[in-house]
Amino acid sequence: MSEPVSALRRARYAGFVTVEEAGLQGMVQIRGDLSSDAFTSAVSDAAGVPMPGLREASLDGRNGLLWMSPDELMLLCPYPEADRAMARLQATLSDTHHLALNVSDARAMFTLQGNGVRDVLAKLAPVDMAPDAFRPGMLRRTRLAQVAAAFWLRSDTQAEVICFRSVAPYMMELLSTAARPGSAVGLHGG
Amino acid sequence: MSMRLPTGGRLTDRSYRMEFTFNGKRMTGYAGDTLASALLANDQLLMGRSFKYHRPRGPVASGAEEPNALVNLGKGDRFEPNQRATTTELFNGLTATSQNHWPSLEADIGALNTHLSRVLPAGFYYKMFMYPRAFWKHVYEPFIRQSAGLGKAPDAESRDADSYEHFYHFTDVLVVGGGVAGLMAAKTAAQSGAKVLLLEQSAHWGGRAPVDGGTIGGQSPEDWTDATLAELQAMPNVTLRSRTMGAGVYDHGYALGYERLTDHAPEAPGPRHRLWRIRAKQIVTATGAIERPLSFAGNDIPGVMLASAMRDYLVNWGVSIGDRTVVVTNNDDAYRTAIALKKAGLDVPAIIDARSYGGGALMAEARAMGIRVEQGRGVAKVLGGKRVTGVAVCNQLGEGAVLDEIACDAVAMSGGWSPVVHLWSHCGGKLDWDEAGAFFRPRAGAAPTDADGKPFVSVAGAADGHMTLAGLLQDAAETGAAAATAAGFDAAQTVAPEAEEVAEKPLEPVWLMPQGARYDLRMKAWLDYQNDVKVSDVQLAAREGYESVEHTKRYTTLGMATDQGKLSNINGLATLSNALGESIPQVGTTTFRPPYTPISMGAIAGEAHGALFQPVRQTPIHAWHEENGAHWEPVGQWRRPYCYPKGEEDHAQAVIREVKAVRQSLGLLDASTLGKIIVKGPDAGRFLDMLYTNMMSTLKPGKCRYGLMCSENGFLIDDGVVARIDEDTFLCHTTTGGAESIHAHMEEWLQTEWWDWQVYTANVTEQFAQIAVVGPKARMLLEKLGGMNVSKEALPFMAWKDGTLGGFPVRVYRISFSGELSYEIATPAGHGRALWDLLCARGAEWNITPYGTEALHVLRAEKGFIMIGDETDGTVIPQDLGLNWAISKKKVDYLGKRAQAWPHMTDPARWKLVGLLTEDSSVLPEGAYAVADGTNANGQRNTQGRVTSTYFSPTLGRGIAMGLVLNGPDRMGEVIEFTHIEGFTVPARIVDPVFYDPEGEKQNV
Amino acid sequence: MLTLKCPYCGVQAEETELHAGGEAHLTRFGPDSSDDDFETYLFTRENPKGVHFERWRHSHGCGKWFHAARCTMTLEVFGTYPAQTTEPPQDIRDAITAKRPGWTWREFS
Repeated sequence: MSEPVSALRRARYAGFVTVEEAGLQGMVQIRGDLSSDAFTSAVSDAAGVPMPGLREASLDGRNGLLWMSPDELMLLCPYPEADRAMARLQATLSDTHHLALNVSDARAMFTLQGNGVRDVLAKLAPVDMAPDAFRPGMLRRTRLAQVAAAFWLRSDTQAEVICFRSVAPYMMELLSTAARPGSAVGLHGG
Repeated sequence: MSMRLPTGGRLTDRSYRMEFTFNGKRMTGYAGDTLASALLANDQLLMGRSFKYHRPRGPVASGAEEPNALVNLGKGDRFEPNQRATTTELFNGLTATSQNHWPSLEADIGALNTHLSRVLPAGFYYKMFMYPRAFWKHVYEPFIRQSAGLGKAPDAESRDADSYEHFYHFTDVLVVGGGVAGLMAAKTAAQSGAKVLLLEQSAHWGGRAPVDGGTIGGQSPEDWTDATLAELQAMPNVTLRSRTMGAGVYDHGYALGYERLTDHAPEAPGPRHRLWRIRAKQIVTATGAIERPLSFAGNDIPGVMLASAMRDYLVNWGVSIGDRTVVVTNNDDAYRTAIALKKAGLDVPAIIDARSYGGGALMAEARAMGIRVEQGRGVAKVLGGKRVTGVAVCNQLGEGAVLDEIACDAVAMSGGWSPVVHLWSHCGGKLDWDEAGAFFRPRAGAAPTDADGKPFVSVAGAADGHMTLAGLLQDAAETGAAAATAAGFDAAQTVAPEAEEVAEKPLEPVWLMPQGARYDLRMKAWLDYQNDVKVSDVQLAAREGYESVEHTKRYTTLGMATDQGKLSNINGLATLSNALGESIPQVGTTTFRPPYTPISMGAIAGEAHGALFQPVRQTPIHAWHEENGAHWEPVGQWRRPYCYPKGEEDHAQAVIREVKAVRQSLGLLDASTLGKIIVKGPDAGRFLDMLYTNMMSTLKPGKCRYGLMCSENGFLIDDGVVARIDEDTFLCHTTTGGAESIHAHMEEWLQTEWWDWQVYTANVTEQFAQIAVVGPKARMLLEKLGGMNVSKEALPFMAWKDGTLGGFPVRVYRISFSGELSYEIATPAGHGRALWDLLCARGAEWNITPYGTEALHVLRAEKGFIMIGDETDGTVIPQDLGLNWAISKKKVDYLGKRAQAWPHMTDPARWKLVGLLTEDSSVLPEGAYAVADGTNANGQRNTQGRVTSTYFSPTLGRGIAMGLVLNGPDRMGEVIEFTHIEGFTVPARIVDPVFYDPEGEKQNV
Repeated sequence: MLTLKCPYCGVQAEETELHAGGEAHLTRFGPDSSDDDFETYLFTRENPKGVHFERWRHSHGCGKWFHAARCTMTLEVFGTYPAQTTEPPQDIRDAITAKRPGWTWREFS
């Protein structure tokens, strides 16, 4: 058996922002009652990070929890650990109505790096990317041009984007086009 | 002649010359020129031909309102028609050509139309081309198409070589217009701390004020502009964008800004245009005012120009339009042009002022400079053809009897000013008629309202009808502060700087010159220059009964050209109201629609062209298909291989080979696009029982069941195999197109109807690559891979199992859409390509053959399996398709059950699914109808059925088809006739739809 | 292009992030219903000039269905609220009354 591959095998583009497919990323889709302490503490334990608030990304290196909807979270972990995290959750929550699925292969993740990350995202998403409106640690599910995506900032110069795997080539082209030299808007840095 | 003066031109840099060509002629200009000012500096006054009569035309304006000076710009992939020379910044190497003439701009055959103008009146096309009806297709339409359009459409094979993009921006206050009012409003808004975006359509700030003069806070308007701009630039909460037009205002504070980044510098990197998609809490429009022409005979002859435009060319670009300029006016402002021309050393033989009372201090100043001023007089007509040679003067109150002729080579006209109210009006702002100024202005308290029902657009400066420098600055200061306050900021009461300018006498509205002009004069008095609409045309429309301004507009084409009537609308409206004997506000205006001036299609498309035109979804095995010559079929946004032609094979031959391989040995299909939805929870079974027509809750873990889904209307919407994973969990397969829509359908019912049911769903379609291994040798291949028991006993038909194959983690479903022994293998997407490669390599000994969607269709049709979208079209219920076996009789309820009890759903006369075999073995045409005796009420042949799927079956060596036929299942063996597009009919026999292996022995081995 | 605030995730979403779902507060009629009731459920819809209640889904976002009360004339939005209710909540009705006294919609006012 060969090693699994990510959608674009870490394709990279250097424009006024650097765009890179982030490679394999463990992801566990979790649904359950977010108002239940038993549920949230099980999730938080499995992820190794605190629960995120509304529309937040709670991150620690490759581990994290993304707030996806009022009854849905996405657990981030190193790719090989996703099955273990899922199994652990399922075991802890065996008596609780919930859903936990390893969906690490269903998506592609991209890293944007540079002063202009806000400008690149503002070209594609109907979202206020001003520093006082969208801060590191916040998460937004929306569309980038014509496809569904979620993104968050790790810092003012680093963003991460996830989308479905089948549109990873479109997303790469989209982000690269938005980051093309000479196209910086210069509004939010860059 | 028009020429560059030895000095002057505040916007041009004479140290930087630029080369360009017009109709192939090499010319030079300066940095800072517009194409119009550069052409005028080269004595190229004639710039185009009008649309209908091909009249020779030069520019009449200096900005966005220009109707005449439209040119073709660029070449090849960068060719663009209908570009306004007045707003095109000159650059080195610019190439422009004039439009709408043949053979040349100077000698245009189409100009004959002008002599036919008596027989080409308003509504000519509507009257002429009605009859005889038969002429439309072969005579009229080709003629109209040939003569339609001003500029040439770009070559069909050319592709826009530039890139474009969108940019989403959120702001507290958007100010549109970078004149002194816009700058003032932006400043007072920004001082409150509000986030302000200020847009200016041109490359320069300050608007008209630097040309028109006066002082602001003791400074010249130019110095005040520079100082204010510097202040704004220093504020972190202010964003300034020049070359960005506020194109439109829409609901809930949405606005479009059209930024032209490289039009003036085509070699610069980056996108050509950027469309700003702005969401503003408050929008201030400070869009100024536009001067109106006067309606007199010959007001379109090159050399007749708006007085303000002539002043612009002189002051901004150091260009004179003529050596001897007659000024015609009904207000004081035009005197500024006369004075400026005189100061520049040019001759002004006379100022013709339509007002008997004349002007104020500016008139006195002009007289003191020795300029002759005629009060109460008008222009009877302008003399000249391709350029002005003189004017005939008359009494304004008469019919046009000529008192005097004055030789001149230019005429500066002014009919007063109209506020630019477009952006205010786009989203519903109302207007009032201002009697004193003779213009429409925004009505106080009638602004467009936002999501909270509060006004979100306000107007500052001249756009609000404030025509004095002091008045407009004070208005702008207050409006800016009020906008910030409305956006939730604490704006201090701001007092505008003191402004001084010469006091003016009131204007006198003049809608026709002379007031009683005879017909021959009226039919040479242009209202709409670009579309050749004259005073006489609007009067004719009124006589013919057109009372509504909207109807008159469409009948005469007034205001329908690319300039959208910026110069013509008010004059046309006044002409119509006079003809109808009604007041102007009674007649009202036409609707203002975005964009303010045309914006490029590229900007609207943004990044969505070429590779980004539409998302293309790719399976994890996509690259293999591409490397192996797949012919693609778009299925929604997915690309699926249709077939894999080898060597010289055509598509049909490839499909035959693929089908035979599956039936005889071993085929391989990328089925990754099939939807996969996890449904989990204590109520999952109950939920699926509602969604599917058959019983899913009784399915045993480890087993699969085929299911049908219907809408509440009863119609079949999707089908697929459901696998029960455990007591709580099901995996539902959907069609390729159904993954997202069926998942959304599930969530809709769970969230909005059965929200107390404990069910979670997840769309895991893309988590897995799914590969169908199909054919008599399928099991041998899987056994060769090893890792799990795939025997009939361990994994029987309609069962599934988790395990490994060849070391890959897999879930294997024993399901078949081909009628053969078949395994569908799901593996995490990251392994998909490697597993596919392994199957290809290990399957070589059985000549493993990847097959595409067409072979898939043929295989299923041979088995009589239905396909959503072929056998269904949104009007078909499962009962029509003989699928009663998949409809539970025991269930009290499921989506669609009630509708399937409608009388027309249970009507025995519904067309039902059957197989069809042509008598001569040929393939029935797709979608063909079966004819019946007689005709219907429309005289059309009656029908009794139609073809839903039709293929050549390689297995049977003949055409096979499925179709819906009246009483079909009861008519086995009967021959009916199907239409053929060539006009004959094809006989086909009604048979059972299962053409191959009716007992199902092959798939269950 | 209108914007609506998703009551679940708090995003002020623009129309391109939303999916319109038609009239709100329909009562489902199933297999035992009369022809009239079933027809009304499937086909009869309000078409008001003024106050209206609609279903929307935050499709390019948290994926949740919600209800919006808005004016079809002016696009004024009186409020949005979760879909798990069979009738407009009182606070929404009060908000409408404050701005459109005397409003009615189906059996509600």
